[in-house]
Amino acid sequence: MTRQIVFLRKIREQSALISIIALCLLLSVPILTVVASVGSGSDGVWQHLSDTLLWTYIGQSLTLMLGVGVLVLILGVVPAWLVTMTRFPGSRILEWALVLPLAMPAYIIAYTYTGMLDVTGPVQAFIRDTFDLRFGDYWFPQIRSLSGAVTMLSLVLYPYVYLLSRMAFLEQSVCVLEVSRTLGAGPWRAFLRVAVPLARPAIIAGLALVLMETLADYGTVQYFGLSTFTTGIFRTWFGMGSSTAAAQLSALLMLFILVLVVTEQWSRNKAKYHHTSTKYSRLPQIRLQGGRLFLALLCCGLPVLLGFLIPFLQLAWWAWDTRDIVDFSAFSQLISNSLKLAGTAAVIALLLGLAISYAKRLQPGVPMRAAVRILSMGYAIPGTVIAVGVLIPFTWFDNTLDGWLQRQFDVSSGLLLSGTLVAVMFAYVVRFLPVSMNTLDAGLGKIKPSMDDVGRSMGLGAWQILRRVHIPMLRGSLLTASLLVFVDVLKELPATLILRPFNFNTLAIRTYELANQERLTEAAASALMIVLAGIIPVIIISLSISASRPGHDSRSANQ
Amino acid sequence: MNLFKKCAVTIALTLSALSIAQSQAAEVNIYSAREENLIKPILDRFSEQTGITVNLITAGADELTTRMELEGANTPADLLLTVDVGRLHRAKEMGLLQPVSSSVLEQRIPAKYRDSEGYWFAASLRSRVIVYDHSRVSPDQLSTYEDLADPKWRGKICIRSSSNIYNQSLTASMVAHHGVEETEQWARGLVANMARAPQGGDRDQIAAVAIGQCELAVVNTYYLAGMLNATSEAQREQAEQVSVFWPNQQDRGAHINISGAGLSRYAPNKEAAIQLMEFLVSDEAQAWYAEANNEYPVRDDVPVSDTLAAWGTFKADDLALDQLGIHNAEGVRLMDRAGWR
Repeated sequence: MTRQIVFLRKIREQSALISIIALCLLLSVPILTVVASVGSGSDGVWQHLSDTLLWTYIGQSLTLMLGVGVLVLILGVVPAWLVTMTRFPGSRILEWALVLPLAMPAYIIAYTYTGMLDVTGPVQAFIRDTFDLRFGDYWFPQIRSLSGAVTMLSLVLYPYVYLLSRMAFLEQSVCVLEVSRTLGAGPWRAFLRVAVPLARPAIIAGLALVLMETLADYGTVQYFGLSTFTTGIFRTWFGMGSSTAAAQLSALLMLFILVLVVTEQWSRNKAKYHHTSTKYSRLPQIRLQGGRLFLALLCCGLPVLLGFLIPFLQLAWWAWDTRDIVDFSAFSQLISNSLKLAGTAAVIALLLGLAISYAKRLQPGVPMRAAVRILSMGYAIPGTVIAVGVLIPFTWFDNTLDGWLQRQFDVSSGLLLSGTLVAVMFAYVVRFLPVSMNTLDAGLGKIKPSMDDVGRSMGLGAWQILRRVHIPMLRGSLLTASLLVFVDVLKELPATLILRPFNFNTLAIRTYELANQERLTEAAASALMIVLAGIIPVIIISLSISASRPGHDSRSANQ
Repeated sequence: MNLFKKCAVTIALTLSALSIAQSQAAEVNIYSAREENLIKPILDRFSEQTGITVNLITAGADELTTRMELEGANTPADLLLTVDVGRLHRAKEMGLLQPVSSSVLEQRIPAKYRDSEGYWFAASLRSRVIVYDHSRVSPDQLSTYEDLADPKWRGKICIRSSSNIYNQSLTASMVAHHGVEETEQWARGLVANMARAPQGGDRDQIAAVAIGQCELAVVNTYYLAGMLNATSEAQREQAEQVSVFWPNQQDRGAHINISGAGLSRYAPNKEAAIQLMEFLVSDEAQAWYAEANNEYPVRDDVPVSDTLAAWGTFKADDLALDQLGIHNAEGVRLMDRAGWR
């Protein structure tokens, strides 16, 4: 009898695992579709590319990744440490304000700064007028350049690193820090030698997200006239009409990403970090004064100022300036469309992410790891490529079904799935599932496996352990994962553009279309709406992280 | 009949009922590369007048043709609207369009602005011209597109990226007139004369001329017209700094591109779609195009906007427009080789 139950339970767990792997395969279809199209010939386009621009694409993409990587580490980790371990005037506000740039799409911050700082913008005009100079008489940094793109992307992407490293710093054990201090390490040394290495998995997970987003960015690099993989894919595909060569470029891009993903997992797998105890004592918080106070304010204030406040105010100014010519009547529809898409995608990505991450924890075998690795690449693939990767299998399915129905019953189903929001949603999930998986993985990784063993020894099944043990402990990660996807979808553009049904628009599409006609000021109103819609979830994430450490919410600290 | 077949039949019947219900209401489905705010108002007018519902998806022309191609015979698309003739030509080559024979279209649109076999029709025109800083350049220094490669313009020209479709079409027209080799030489000369690496859009090039970063720029006419009529005072001031020069007036004429439409090969609402095409070249629609976007009407008998009228008349290149599509890929490759970013 008991044997039978155990056997049945085993079968149930196995079939659950198999269905998870099947799910992963299904979600990998768009990515595999792109890879599969590599085999066919490309009419010499590939040869042409390797003769002319291929190395530029590789070089500029690598430089961009390197620059953004270094900058987000500085902009993300240092403030995270400062607001966690020290107190200074404004630190409570900066704690959550540092996440705000997450609500700012990269292409919009690029438009905004270009509008302000380009040769024709008000800043340089002011310099020319004040000092009676002509263009070329003075030096001014060139905003539309590789370093400009590095700056723009870093300013809005650093919050990933900030969020994850802050989560890690908050959860660190005070004992470890105290031990390091008793061994004679100063606070700065303790930070570099103890805290950062311990937070490394989280920092690297954040960095991986940033680098993937950097590789997938199209809006900024295109606007700045750079030649990276994404612009190269567009140009090859659209300019030369070679979808095959474009797929081959995408496949090469995926090779880059695979290296990135494997490196990230390798660095994480080398060591495992679980909480050593469940006791949290209050983190010691140093009060800063004088020069240190000033430095801390600079480190924490500058990212918020440059990544959020200045572009936000500029957008608000433009929106006010164009209030008479912008058509606000369509806005309620645009806002509701955007919110519905983002909300649904966030829920789906959360559920699937949890199922997959948990399955990986239970069965960390080769097929599971391989499936997750393929899925992880979705985030780094440009939205357009994902969209076409979705279109190909969906239209194939629709047309095959239609053909079959016509032959068998002489009725037509037409296009059942493509051209619907199902296709749009599928693309979002493929693209943003890695965000939710990464976050949940990091959260699950911190729960000791012995917790599972205890649950098991009490006769709980895998599902019950998840429901009764893990989910309550994961609340913070679950919230973060869903809100990150929500904000990402709010900003998403190319997949929505290509896959959406008739008469369906979002804020991002409206913004893009106006900006594409070089009507930046008129685009500001809808850009501002995207940012505003993204701010609330971003603040929620931030506050929930602050509250995640027992004894670290603002009320108890004030007592 | 087993359960599976029963289910399939039920689903199929429901679906066919749905599709019948759909096809009863008169409607047209448009895949448009022209952005919503530049096309929706005139489509709304069409719906008001005819009672036909217009459904719209906007995206880049290439994304839309890819979508049409994959959707195959089941595509809901009736009309493909693009802002460049090369894309219409490519859609025709891909087998996505069907020929239309309409006496209204043929009477109203001059033969050079429609496909010889009736696969596509122009709805509006624009020219890619040279604009120059009139305080530093005199018009008699200017002559042709070819002259832009002359070393006398070293470091003085602004032009946007070669990824831009308008530059690709201009280059394709050069290939059609001079062949690949000569055009590549020209492109090398032009690249050597650039004041800065290509960046931004056409308005950015005009602004760069206005503040003195370059002396001349190559832009589409309606961008300058748009800036001259902008709400922003700074933009108007910049636009007033520059003047329009019509290139190649002594020989073939200035380069012309179109926005236009083609009927989808599998158009489910063919009649209504042709009705809409005809509406696009009606007096009302043509006048709206001319006013709202400062493009040239495709019909000779519709007046241009005041802004455009101030620039005078010009001689347009008579090159068959499908040549721009035919030479597009060659054009892009030679721009790559010439280092035109």
